[in-house]
Amino acid sequence: MSGKRFIECPVIVFAVALVLAGCTGPQSSLDPAGREAERIAGLFWWMAGGAVVVWALVVWLAWSAMHGRVSRHTERQARLYVIGGGVLFPTLVLAGLLAYGLGMMPALLEPAPPGSLKISVSGEQWWWRVRYHTADGGEVELANEIRLPVGEPASFELESPDVIHSFWIPSLAGKMDMIPGRRTRLVLHPTRTGTFRGQCAEFCGDSHALMAFPVVVMEKDAFAAWLTAQRAPAATPQADAGPEARRVNRGRDAFLEHGCSACHTVRGTLARGAIGPDLTHVGGRLTLGAGILPNDHPSFVRWIAETDRVKPGVLMPHYRMLPSGEHDALAAYLESLQ
Amino acid sequence: MTKRISTEDAPHEKRENLWLLIVSPTIWAVHFLFSYITAAVWCAKVGSPGGSLQPVRWAIAIYTVIALIGITFNGLSGLRRHNFGTESLPHDFDTPGDRHRFLGFATVLLAGLSAVATLFAAAVVFYFFDCR
Repeated sequence: MSGKRFIECPVIVFAVALVLAGCTGPQSSLDPAGREAERIAGLFWWMAGGAVVVWALVVWLAWSAMHGRVSRHTERQARLYVIGGGVLFPTLVLAGLLAYGLGMMPALLEPAPPGSLKISVSGEQWWWRVRYHTADGGEVELANEIRLPVGEPASFELESPDVIHSFWIPSLAGKMDMIPGRRTRLVLHPTRTGTFRGQCAEFCGDSHALMAFPVVVMEKDAFAAWLTAQRAPAATPQADAGPEARRVNRGRDAFLEHGCSACHTVRGTLARGAIGPDLTHVGGRLTLGAGILPNDHPSFVRWIAETDRVKPGVLMPHYRMLPSGEHDALAAYLESLQ
Repeated sequence: MTKRISTEDAPHEKRENLWLLIVSPTIWAVHFLFSYITAAVWCAKVGSPGGSLQPVRWAIAIYTVIALIGITFNGLSGLRRHNFGTESLPHDFDTPGDRHRFLGFATVLLAGLSAVATLFAAAVVFYFFDCR
């Protein structure tokens, strides 16, 4: 092996490994965790395989045309190559792939069986309003996070009050547009537990790329317990005089005094705004700001003080002007909303 | 190779009709638009999300038959031009006759492509039965 090849080999191996590493992860349609995504991944591999075969065939034909002996080809053979290889073969390959792809559509659009979990999601600039419809006809409103029971179909109704968004959880299914004035539907069948990532897949303004959400697929019992907890109002801060309780209480008062309640709901309190995300259990979510910050104290402080910098164009104003200590108290209060 | 001398009575350059070339692709585009718009209007205004798509499927089938008839006529017209005179392929000489044959041959090829594309667009009638 020459020195140059000795260097090239590891580079090629590294490049291939780097590319293949992109095939997995929480937001990869090539690492499916749902029935619909498995079908789409299957279609991708068939398409990719077909493309490789066609490519190899074309390269071989080009090589033969350049290096083969022209005298061996009769005019009839040449016509066969041109008509067979240039017209019939591509038409048949495309027809086969089209039939295979179209054949998958009815199954992907099949509605969920009656009694399935029903969830409404509204895409709004640039967050997700999520409503779980419970069996007793009630509703539980959450935001920026979706949890699903494994092995159970979930029926989504998708809408938008402002511009076109697109709801996409690549690991679970294909995407579906959310169109103002229309209600679109999507059914998911998660097949394994785990935490995945959803993302808006239709450009919707300044912070389109910052409009994501975590998706947690849980065991059925854990999901039922989680939904019951989400349905409950926010826990009342402790009345004792401990420093942490005092900080949380100060944060709750600040939340109401500074007008946060005009836009946000915290069930069980006077905060009943409906413009922004429901914060009743915001402290128990995995992320903040629609999938862009970790759910921890510094992130709460950063979101409150630098909202416009964290998410450019967001409707929520920043609260940099708050007195010293207020950010910390507000963050402590929001963190306490488990 | 010596240049062929055209002695045929091919149309003069100014009387040659280029529009014939785009007839088939236009029929394909119109077929696609009509099919798409019919399904969209039907599902938005008449059918419910799970409502039957049967009338639309019939409409698309009728559009397809009409489109294929139009494309066939256009293709045959091109074929007549392609077969003009006694020369065979390739029609690559700078003569009125070869120009006439070349335009005819290109029309035939575009008609074939448009026919396949129209059938591909119509294939949805075998897979979609409602407005979901």
